[in-house]
Amino acid sequence: MTDGSDRPQTTTMSDTNHIRLPEGSIGRTTTTLNLGPTHPAVHGVFQNILELDGERIVKTEATVGYIHRAFEKIAERRPLYQITTLTDRLNYCSAPINNMGWHLTCEKLLGIRTPKRVDYLRVIVMELARITDHLICTSIVGVDAGAFTGFLYVMQYRELVYEIYEEICGARLTTNMGRIGGFERDFPQAVWEKLERFLREYPKAQKELETLLVRNRIFYERTRGSGAISAERALNYGFTGPNLRAAGVDYDVRVHEPYCSYQDFDFRIPVGTTGDNHDRFMVRTEEIWQSLSIIEQAYRKIRDMKGAEAGVYHADVPEYYLPQKTDVYNKMEALIWHFKIVMGEVDIPAGEVYHAVEGGNGELGFYLISDGGRSPYRLHFRRPCFIYYQAYEEIVRGSMLSDAIITMSSLNLIAGEMDA
Amino acid sequence: MAPTNEHVRERLTGKFGDSLTEWGEPHGLLTFTAPREMNLKVLAFLHDEDDLAFRFLTDLTAVHYPDRTGEELCVVYHLHNLTANRRVRLKVHAPVAQPDVFTASMLFSAANWMERETYDFYGVNFIGHPNLKRVLNVDEMDYFPLRKEFPLEDQTRIDKDDEMFGRG
Amino acid sequence: MGRPVRFNIKEKSTRDWGINQASMPEGHMGEGFFATSFDKVVGLARKNSIWPLPFATSCCGIEFMATMASTYDLGRFGAERLGFTPRQCDLLMVMGTIAKKMGPVVRQVYLQMAEPRWVIAVGACASSGGIFDSYSVLQGIDQVVPVDVYVPGCPPRPEAIIDGVLRIQDLIHNDPLRRRNTEPYQALMQSYGIQ
Repeated sequence: MTDGSDRPQTTTMSDTNHIRLPEGSIGRTTTTLNLGPTHPAVHGVFQNILELDGERIVKTEATVGYIHRAFEKIAERRPLYQITTLTDRLNYCSAPINNMGWHLTCEKLLGIRTPKRVDYLRVIVMELARITDHLICTSIVGVDAGAFTGFLYVMQYRELVYEIYEEICGARLTTNMGRIGGFERDFPQAVWEKLERFLREYPKAQKELETLLVRNRIFYERTRGSGAISAERALNYGFTGPNLRAAGVDYDVRVHEPYCSYQDFDFRIPVGTTGDNHDRFMVRTEEIWQSLSIIEQAYRKIRDMKGAEAGVYHADVPEYYLPQKTDVYNKMEALIWHFKIVMGEVDIPAGEVYHAVEGGNGELGFYLISDGGRSPYRLHFRRPCFIYYQAYEEIVRGSMLSDAIITMSSLNLIAGEMDA
Repeated sequence: MAPTNEHVRERLTGKFGDSLTEWGEPHGLLTFTAPREMNLKVLAFLHDEDDLAFRFLTDLTAVHYPDRTGEELCVVYHLHNLTANRRVRLKVHAPVAQPDVFTASMLFSAANWMERETYDFYGVNFIGHPNLKRVLNVDEMDYFPLRKEFPLEDQTRIDKDDEMFGRG
Repeated sequence: MGRPVRFNIKEKSTRDWGINQASMPEGHMGEGFFATSFDKVVGLARKNSIWPLPFATSCCGIEFMATMASTYDLGRFGAERLGFTPRQCDLLMVMGTIAKKMGPVVRQVYLQMAEPRWVIAVGACASSGGIFDSYSVLQGIDQVVPVDVYVPGCPPRPEAIIDGVLRIQDLIHNDPLRRRNTEPYQALMQSYGIQ
């Protein structure tokens, strides 16, 4: 469009577009296809240059980094509570899990123990986020196989969860929820009403989605057998989360290293056999049911709490948790703590800590090194998407192009988490 | 038998002796430093021995300590024994003038992109890596951004009003 | 209880709701026909049949998915058919952070669009870099492509995204028929280095 159309095109694709083709690919008998950063099937921005022999994939080369936002460098300049907003944008489909994971890491470094009620509130929020993440992934696998309707059914229930988040923290998607030590305010009554409505209505919608897809012959034929990975290769590639559980390994951070009182809950870990797309879809679907059960248990436990512990929503840590405004105006220590926290003048104790939570995609780890200053010396996010996208080449080699597309969406690749 | 931190430490000192230094257990995670020529030997030992069996590479990253002259870049490996539920952290130091470290990507395929990211951010040269190119930043970038001497913001901007940012 | 409510306390009548009826353009009406000039009608037709290209990179993309879904439904405004190829689309909706690595891709996609084309920058990151003032993030897509409407927010609520699309519809309605031949537009394209 920019060149005059009367001049014959003598430049190659790799010159005029900003696509770097692999060396010598023009002369080969295989077709080189750019599944570029802008593509409807690529949910997020990452690129794959595929070499196709007809319809079969011979080789792929992945390029990521199209949304690299330098979180780790930014984090070296922010006090701890300002990093929560960065963690939101990692796996933005389940932002509360990232927030809670970060707060748990800080509490581990600072040596803060949160009361049980705070733990249960966090569990409710994290499981809601896990449900929304799995909902997006399963319905998008349906969309990529051609079944658009399920996605629309499911987005309605995501709206209900967004309303719950709005009542808790004010935001829908990038929630910045909670504080170091607990939550900024107790959950209002509207949260419990909306949660009850969700727990009542959502199982019917999930069953409806399952009737559309689970025993659907077309969907089964599309997903069964494609995108398989064995358990040994998955472990070697550092897979965690639903992708690893679909391959047959029952590793779940919530069970192996319980954080946030997960040991008080009774739930099962669904495990697949072959690690193909169908197993990943089924593992995520089953995990949604397990998350619903955990939310119901947590809600019952909170309702049963009596007396003093029934209103607690944060730990008693004045150094890191903003005091109540009435105290700030009336007491000297509260005023000083308020000033220090807001102006970012609270020193973090020196040390290094690695804490992992079970994110929507697997083990989301936070490696925090502090040298005693006001912001971290080094913060590294162990991002599951980045780590298991490396395996995409091996998974997809030899399969058809359309299976590769479904594999890409069933792996639940979130670009924000991949690039950070 | 689940290897406790003491057991792991005993086995490591039994095999490698005094070359492993800076032992510590910050927040319960056994941490130690190995000389950089031996990083593969230590990783292979932890991987192959059946009573240690640290066969899952959780994380590979680096830290820049400009004050530790002669060993500014520190490559950190987090390993995990899934069956016994034990973690261990191995650190390896390299000078910034010659940041060569042997690649772990033959042992753990997960290390492939993690080492590319470490190279991209810190310039650690992993010897033997199949494809050591930048992975997250643009390929034309000529510096290693996460080192402490480089600033966070883009210095070529002309539209920022320094008065508003407190730098005027 | 809280503070007394100070805003939004006067009851609004339906006349104040901002509902406009599209009035008939001037023209000559006869038995079974209506003659008017072309440019009055084309804007009306164009604005209610936009084919958007959702260039969704990050979190704003998820809010866009919520906007397209049934609760907020962008399809009511005619923008039902999403295209993913720039050759067929009118409106480039850039949603999410654009890194410097992605900048040339945005520009390439914009160049591949045929006139008339509009660009809407959804979200703080696309408008100005957002919270990411770092070495790898493009501080606003207006560094590489000309933008018509900016929608602030991080992420903007679906209502805000719809508001942005309505502003684009206003622009489309009031555009002269051949915007691309007007002086200011050509000067703008020159400043971006686009022929």
